[in-house]
Amino acid sequence: MYSEKVMEHFQNPRNMGELKDADAVGKVGNPVCGDVMNIYIKVRDNRIADISFKTMGCAAAIATSSMVTELAKGKTLDEAEKITRKDVADALEGLPPIKMHCSNLAADGLKDAIRAYREKKAGKTGERKPAPCRECPLMEACEHEEG
Amino acid sequence: MKVYLDNATTTKVDPRVLEAMKESFLESYGAPTTEYGHSWGVASLDALERSRRTVAQALGASLEEVIFTSGGVESNNMAIQGIAAAKRKGRIITSAIEHSSILNTLKALERRGFGVKYLGVDRHGRIDPRNVEAAIDKETILVTIGHANGEIGTVQDVDAISQACQAADVPLHLDARYSFMWENLDLSKVGADLVSVTAHTIHGPKGIGALIVRKGVKLEPLMYGPGTEFNERPGTANVPGAVGMAKAVEIWDPRDVERVRGMRDGLWAHIKANLPDTEPNGPEEARLANNLSCNFKFIEGESILLYLDMAGIAVSTGSACSSKTLRPSYVLTEIGIPAEKSHGSIRFSLSRYNTDEEMDYASKKVIEVVKRLREMSSMG
Repeated sequence: MYSEKVMEHFQNPRNMGELKDADAVGKVGNPVCGDVMNIYIKVRDNRIADISFKTMGCAAAIATSSMVTELAKGKTLDEAEKITRKDVADALEGLPPIKMHCSNLAADGLKDAIRAYREKKAGKTGERKPAPCRECPLMEACEHEEG
Repeated sequence: MKVYLDNATTTKVDPRVLEAMKESFLESYGAPTTEYGHSWGVASLDALERSRRTVAQALGASLEEVIFTSGGVESNNMAIQGIAAAKRKGRIITSAIEHSSILNTLKALERRGFGVKYLGVDRHGRIDPRNVEAAIDKETILVTIGHANGEIGTVQDVDAISQACQAADVPLHLDARYSFMWENLDLSKVGADLVSVTAHTIHGPKGIGALIVRKGVKLEPLMYGPGTEFNERPGTANVPGAVGMAKAVEIWDPRDVERVRGMRDGLWAHIKANLPDTEPNGPEEARLANNLSCNFKFIEGESILLYLDMAGIAVSTGSACSSKTLRPSYVLTEIGIPAEKSHGSIRFSLSRYNTDEEMDYASKKVIEVVKRLREMSSMG
């Protein structure tokens, strides 16, 4: 059973949908694994002024996406970057052990969005690859390419 | 509205079944061991044998060919391990999409030195009977396949498969748990030597099933003890279970099969017409009447399942994300569905208790849920 908090965020996800004028997009996950997350951020004065997500995935993937947007909104980039997978899971009153790795990608997605924003500011352009998924229990057997 | 569409997993017990079992629990509760003992036991034995007759008749088998077991998993184990132990060595032929009670039993036998040939299936889950024929060799001691697949509903060509086995004089075990009563299986016509059936998929109780062991088939028992069930299975028989199973068989109405098929087709027509990027899994023809399996692109099955549950609808999914091993359904993988699609697979399995109103409600909710999750999805 998922925690009540997970079910509540799954049922009423916060900040869901694409931010049309986003300053950067973080991407993490892979369709083969079943979880693909996009995190959109708008940055003003080095703070996350607005944030949203679009996620394909299980209840845990959707709830963590929703939660990370709540945790990050209004924070400076330096503060937001420090949000960990554990912070997200704790804020959701825990995740099933098996979901801790594969579906708890939202913090990685946020980090990737911040990295994308900084790369853009630094003038780096070009196609960005999705962030690699780490700690996956299926990594050995996994057929998808590491990001 | 509450709509239960997970009947391939297990079903609600029919109230008439429960009523029939009560007598066995509360009145004729003696041990069914001898017809020359006290009246409690005699009444119990009488109930057991009447139940055996009902099950035997439903399959065109004779009375002494019906061994009551604790259900489909035990029946499959008893058939496969029983043949293996009696033959001591050899090779067994199966398909790659069988139930885990077959595949895991065979894996254990492989560790003990038996050979196993896993036949592939086509994209609809069908086993080509010619492949069975070609795979049989001198070492082959058994062919074990599912009459129908519980996940994608494929009904195998058991006539042709049984002919191939008979021609080579190799015993055939049919796992008929999903097809029992849904599909005709008359053992006076189909040459199967062992058949597994269970009660809880036809509105009977859990914990009771049967293995049909045709005359002349030698099985080593799984367990040893008092000589009940023709020395094939020891222990005080589960008479209330057997009575419940027989009642479920007795009240089965073939007209319900066609009504369920109609509701299933209607549900699929509605889903297909309203949701692009949705594909069926399994065959159109020769499919269990109560099974609908499909995959919805760009979304994940556990999310669909949980949203539908919140709407009062029970379904199941082949998504890796809802399995304990994080691996997608091997049945879907074997019929060539890649992981990115099987993640979004849902099985709807109906029963005679479903109504047209429920189907209208379910299709409406499925469309809503899929659209909502697709709005949320990063894909597509």
